[in-house]
Amino acid sequence: MHLARNSGKSPSSYKIEEPMHKIVSAIFLAENIKKIEIEAPLIAKKRKAGQFVMIRVGETSERVPLTIAGSDPEKGTVTVIVQGMGKSTRELNSKEAGDTIHDIVGPLGAPSHIEKFGTAISIGGGLGAAIAYPTAVALKEAGNYVITINGARSKDLVILEDEMNAVSDEAYITTDDGTYGYHGFVTQKLQELIDSGRTIDYVLAIGPIPMMRAVAEVTRPYHIKTIVSLNPIMVDGTGMCGGCRVTVDNQIKFACVDGPEFDAHQVDFKNLSDRNKMYLPEERQSAEAYTHKCNLLKQV
Amino acid sequence: MDAQSITTKERLAIPRQEMPSQNPEVRSHNFQEVNLGYTPELAQKEALRCLQCKDPACIKGCPVNIKIDQFIKLIAHGDFTGAARKIKEDNVLPAVCGRVCPQEDQCEKTCILTKKYKSVAIGNLERFAADYERETGSVELPAVKPPTGKKVAVIGSGPAGLSCANDLVQLGHAVTVFEALHELGGVLMYGIPQFRLPKEIVQAEIDGMKKLGVVFIPNAVTGRSVTVDELLKEEGFDAIFIGVGAGLPWFLGIPGENLLGVYSANEFLTRVNLMKSYQFPENDTPVFNCKGKNVAVFGGGNTAMDAVRTAKRLGAEHAYIVYRRSEAEMPARLEEVHHAKEEGIEFLMLMNPLEFIGNDEQWLTGAKCLRMELGEPDESGRRRPVPIKDSEFILPVDMAIISIGNGSNPLIKQTTPEIDFSKRDTIIVDINTMATSKENVYAGGDIVTGGATVILAMGAGRTAAAAIHEKLMGK
Ligand SMILES: Cc1cc2nc3c(=O)[nH]c(=O)nc-3n(C[C@H](O)[C@H](O)[C@H](O)COP(=O)(O)OP(=O)(O)OC[C@H]3O[C@@H](n4cnc5c(N)ncnc54)[C@H](O)[C@@H]3O)c2cc1C
Ligand SMILES: Cc1cc2nc3c(=O)[nH]c(=O)nc-3n(C[C@H](O)[C@H](O)[C@H](O)COP(=O)(O)OP(=O)(O)OC[C@H]3O[C@@H](n4cnc5c(N)ncnc54)[C@H](O)[C@@H]3O)c2cc1C
Ligand code: SF4
Ligand code: SF4
Ligand code: FES
Repeated sequence: MHLARNSGKSPSSYKIEEPMHKIVSAIFLAENIKKIEIEAPLIAKKRKAGQFVMIRVGETSERVPLTIAGSDPEKGTVTVIVQGMGKSTRELNSKEAGDTIHDIVGPLGAPSHIEKFGTAISIGGGLGAAIAYPTAVALKEAGNYVITINGARSKDLVILEDEMNAVSDEAYITTDDGTYGYHGFVTQKLQELIDSGRTIDYVLAIGPIPMMRAVAEVTRPYHIKTIVSLNPIMVDGTGMCGGCRVTVDNQIKFACVDGPEFDAHQVDFKNLSDRNKMYLPEERQSAEAYTHKCNLLKQV
Repeated sequence: MDAQSITTKERLAIPRQEMPSQNPEVRSHNFQEVNLGYTPELAQKEALRCLQCKDPACIKGCPVNIKIDQFIKLIAHGDFTGAARKIKEDNVLPAVCGRVCPQEDQCEKTCILTKKYKSVAIGNLERFAADYERETGSVELPAVKPPTGKKVAVIGSGPAGLSCANDLVQLGHAVTVFEALHELGGVLMYGIPQFRLPKEIVQAEIDGMKKLGVVFIPNAVTGRSVTVDELLKEEGFDAIFIGVGAGLPWFLGIPGENLLGVYSANEFLTRVNLMKSYQFPENDTPVFNCKGKNVAVFGGGNTAMDAVRTAKRLGAEHAYIVYRRSEAEMPARLEEVHHAKEEGIEFLMLMNPLEFIGNDEQWLTGAKCLRMELGEPDESGRRRPVPIKDSEFILPVDMAIISIGNGSNPLIKQTTPEIDFSKRDTIIVDINTMATSKENVYAGGDIVTGGATVILAMGAGRTAAAAIHEKLMGK
């Protein structure tokens, strides 16, 4: 939504300023991962940690859910960090400052539940760091002792290192191949922290489904409150279609209105990962056609 | 025979004029409109059937009391534009209602001819007049009263919100419509398919309202982007009309409902209509590939008919309606059931799903169903379906679409505690004014009644508009 007060005596005090939303800046943080700042004054004003927007790049595009990584209410912008996966996210990542997108709606989803838990660990796997970051900031602001574990496959793929350092009382980086930071998975680092005997009151884990599921298994025996942010396939993002339904505590929940954050120990991760494979052939078809188009454009 | 000199006997001798439609074989493979509409000749002939009753019973059957006898007379006399304007005195969306009203339960049910003959085809005539006016470019914008200086926010752009906005803007109020989706029109756009209600018709109505000065803000989810209280207190709106519809799909609550290939009707229809996935890959949003597959839709209402006929058009080999009662109880419009049958939809009545069954990859492969029979009448007089013992069997299906109704979206309730909701999560209103328990906030349409009809939602929007006007201009 993009509205602004009219000055004159037009029939309404509102008008749609511009149908399109301008991209203010767009920079790559790592290969394939882009930080994009978009004009959306009302969303910037309202959004809370843990919420997301849905973006429709062009008239024929999908509605893509993306976590709000940050906002600047003064400037009237929101920032998303986008990993090019298939056609829609790659199309968005091809945008530069000055380009426009067709639609942005939000803030959607329930805000993260933030309180002073004590010691809080925020774990981001890959792009998950971007999604975990705003909640880590909110946890810090609420007076928690914040530990961040930022995991990536390799050194080049580590994102938001400085930002994480700034909000953390302790910050760790792990890489699967050992090219940077701790050599191993985020779960190994988490297990070490638990084994060290310190009290851990809260864990937030955001990343690929296998990682979130593994974190849930690490904390389960210790009954540490563990929250994950789920990423089912969405259509409207407003609770109207039920496509984003996930199974939590054996009940159907709609991730776009009831979530996206849920108690990790009650989530049916297998069902989520199965359901996210629903459109694999179509996703592949779109991505191949898009690659083909990009290559043709390069030749001219 | 002409409209001046025709006798009653001659009127009664004219058979009800059939609506011309696309050949079922052809149309079940395309998304173009099924009904082609009356020609002026057919319309005039049908209009002559109306007896021009002194006390027209048809009008009592229409929820908004359209002056049916009068508009039909105008058609009979060849004044088609005049007929359209007459209808518009009571109904702002005649091209829509002529197409989607359940006429057999409303105006055509109470038409005097219904008992002994066939009712006058009121819906078809209404559609004809509205189409004629639009297609000949003779729609005139209604006059707008001088500005009152009052501002009204309408939440939701479905038929309830549109009709409320339309009346209020004509009364001189500044009206802003906030819509959650990127397209305007509510169920008319994302629910009812193109082959039953072409989107251009809805678009034309909305364009007309824009010209009158209604401001539409898409991508605005009330409760998230902005709250009712903020609209009243910070944004200076004097009154609010809530017409957010019944948007939360119910599921059956049986095992296997989260298997791949199980959809709510809302999701399926939204993907196809709003996101235009019937044109995948030109449009990016995919939908289950129905080609050569077996698809079962569970339910018996208009939504179920729309879903099953859409699946057929997307290439389904077998497309079933599975309904737990008998055909007589199906709430869908008669015409839709008739059209569906012509298109080869298979009706499995008195059948209740127990469980969905999937393969190793979690794709749906079948629905375990139980056969039912009609038992003794219940309190409502309807014969209640009871299970037939040991009648379980597995219906092999690749896709299942659940279409058993909708509850209310929780966003407004969560963020506006002063509005009273019923146990069913619908908003409680005073039915004379559509006022809610919160000062200056009104509501109408499916959010008040639960899933109902376009015409009832429109009527509610108009009642609210009148009450809002009175309140705002009162003192
Ligand atoms: C609440 C929420 C917040 C999200 N936040 C972000 C974010 O901040 N940044 C970001 O880059 N992505 C985020 N995602 C994921 C993002 O929406 C998907 O990556 C995107 O929809 C994929 O679209 P595509 O057309 O590019 O790829 P597709 O062609 O649709 O898919 C390409 C690949 O991505 C997988 N995929 C498809 N949909 C999803 C999904 N919803 N989640 C994860 N994988 C998926 C497919 O299985 C496939 O392997 C979020 C998802 C949700 C639900
Ligand atoms: C598939 C289908 C077929 C149907 N067929 C028929 C038929 O043939 N005949 C008939 O008479 N009726 C039919 N109906 C029923 C009819 O469409 C509804 O009764 C009618 O549309 C209700 O109108 P409404 O304005 O109350 O709500 P809706 O049409 O549902 O419109 C509500 C609007 O509000 C928006 N909204 C929701 N929440 C918010 C929010 N928080 N902020 C902003 N906007 C919001 C929604 O996106 C939507 O656009 C059908 C319904 C469906 C689903
Ligand atoms: S609005 Fe509906 S009920 Fe009323 S006359 Fe028209 S078709 Fe009949
Ligand atoms: S009841 Fe039937 S015949 Fe009489 S005026 Fe109405 S449409 Fe005409
Ligand atoms: S995305 Fe449609 S209900 Fe959540």
